[in-house]
Amino acid sequence: MSEQITINLTVNGEDVSQSAPARETLADFLRTRLQLTGTHMGCEMGVCGACLVLVDGRVVHSCLMFAAQASGSVVETIEGLSERAAVADIQEAFHQRNALQCGFCTPGMLMTAQALLSQPGVPSRDEIRDALSGNYCRCTGYEAIVDAIESVARARAATANGRQVEEVAG
Amino acid sequence: MLLKARAFSYARPNTIAEALDLFAAADGDATYIAGGQSLVPTLALRLQAPQTLIDIAHISELRGIALDGGWLRIGALTRHCETLADPLIAQHAPLFHDAAPYVAHPAIRNKGTLGGSIALADPASEFPAMALAMGAELEIVGRDGARRVPADDYFIDLFQTAIEPGELLTAIHVPIVRPTHRWAFDELARRRGDYAIVGCGILADMQSTRIEDIRIVFFGVGNTPVRATTAEQCLIGKQLDQAVVHVTQAALADDLAPPDDEHTPAAMRVHLARVLLGRLLGRIAGAA
Repeated sequence: MSEQITINLTVNGEDVSQSAPARETLADFLRTRLQLTGTHMGCEMGVCGACLVLVDGRVVHSCLMFAAQASGSVVETIEGLSERAAVADIQEAFHQRNALQCGFCTPGMLMTAQALLSQPGVPSRDEIRDALSGNYCRCTGYEAIVDAIESVARARAATANGRQVEEVAG
Repeated sequence: MLLKARAFSYARPNTIAEALDLFAAADGDATYIAGGQSLVPTLALRLQAPQTLIDIAHISELRGIALDGGWLRIGALTRHCETLADPLIAQHAPLFHDAAPYVAHPAIRNKGTLGGSIALADPASEFPAMALAMGAELEIVGRDGARRVPADDYFIDLFQTAIEPGELLTAIHVPIVRPTHRWAFDELARRRGDYAIVGCGILADMQSTRIEDIRIVFFGVGNTPVRATTAEQCLIGKQLDQAVVHVTQAALADDLAPPDDEHTPAAMRVHLARVLLGRLLGRIAGAA
C-alpha cells in the first residue's frame, strides 16, 4: 500500500507495466504515460463523454477511474479501435455526413456508437439519441451524428443479412 | 480546469475481512471505492480527501444475485448494466429493473454499482428510493459482525445512512414480488439521464381491484427518499377509481416538503409529484 504503485494492464493488445501515483486517473495515465492522446479530457467528471475507453469490453469514462483500479484489466482506446479498423465504417460515415467540426468529442462519439452498434438489431433514432445522451458535442447539434450512426447501423444490418442469405444459398 | 484528487494510498483487498481491517488500520481516514462513478468526481473536487482508498471491486463475496427463500439477495457490486439485464432482478425485484434505464448514461451504468448507489444514498437517485419502495433490507457488515437494516430505518438524512464509519454495505435483500403485486416507476427529468426533478416508485398488493397494501416512494423531493405515508393511507382498502386518486394526490401536501431551488420552486415540485402519482396509479389500475 503506497501512493506510488505499479500498474499492469493490456492496452490495445500490448502489455504495459508502469509506475504511477495512485491518484492518477486512467485518462491521464493513457495520455501522458502512453501518449495515447486520442482519449480526450473535457469535463473530468463523467459528463461530457470525450474520455470514453473500453475496459474489459465495456465502455467507461477513463476520467472516472484511477489507473490503479484498471490494473489487471484489458483496455482499448480509440487508437486501438482505429488501428484494427473496427470503427472504419463509422469514421467514414462521420466524414461523409459532416458529423464533426472541431472533432474534440469524436473519439467518445465513436466509442459510444461502436458499443451501441455491437448490440443486436438496428437501433431507432431515439435509441441512438438515448445512447448519445452522455456525449456532448458543442459544434454540430447532433443531427448529423445521429444520421451517421443510423446509416452505419443499416449498412451493417444489410451486410449481416447478405451474409445469412449467402450461407443459406451456399 | 484541473480537477485532481489529493494524493492517497491505494489498497485492493480480496475479502470483506481484509477491507474492514484496512479501514481500521487507516484510523478512519479511508474511503471504500466500488464503481466510483460518484466518488471519483467527489475526490477530484476534493470534497473528500482520504489518506487511503480501499478498492472493494475485487471482493468476490460482494457479487452474485440469488434467491434465498422469499427474498432476492443482490450482491453490492452488481453493476447498473447487470441490474438492467439480470432476469432474476426483472422477475423478483422489478422496480430496480424498471428504474435502471433512467440511471445516468450507458457508460456510467457499465461501472456504477447498486451497493455504491444505495450506500451513497443520493436523495435524487433512483435505486435508493426503489429499495425503500420494495421494502428491501440492507445487509451491513462491520468488524462486530453482520446485520440487516430495513430500508425504512436505513435512510437517516442527506447522504446519511445506518452505515457506520468503516462498515460495508454487502448486499441488498428484496422481498420477492407475489402474483398479487402491481408496481410502477417513472420520473420527470428535463433530459434523459439527468437527475429527475421528481421521481416515484410504487409497489401495491391488490385483491382484484382493491388495494390491500401499498408503498409509495418519491425521490428528488428532500434529503432522503420519501415514503408518502399519508397518500398510502388514502389508498389502503380502497378501489382505485378517479375520486380516490384525486384525494390521494391532494394528500401529497402532507407528505412532501421539498426545498425551493433556483430552477424548481417547491410548489412546482409538489405539483409534478401529483402529476406523476396520478400517472402511476393509472398504470397500476390498468394492470389490475
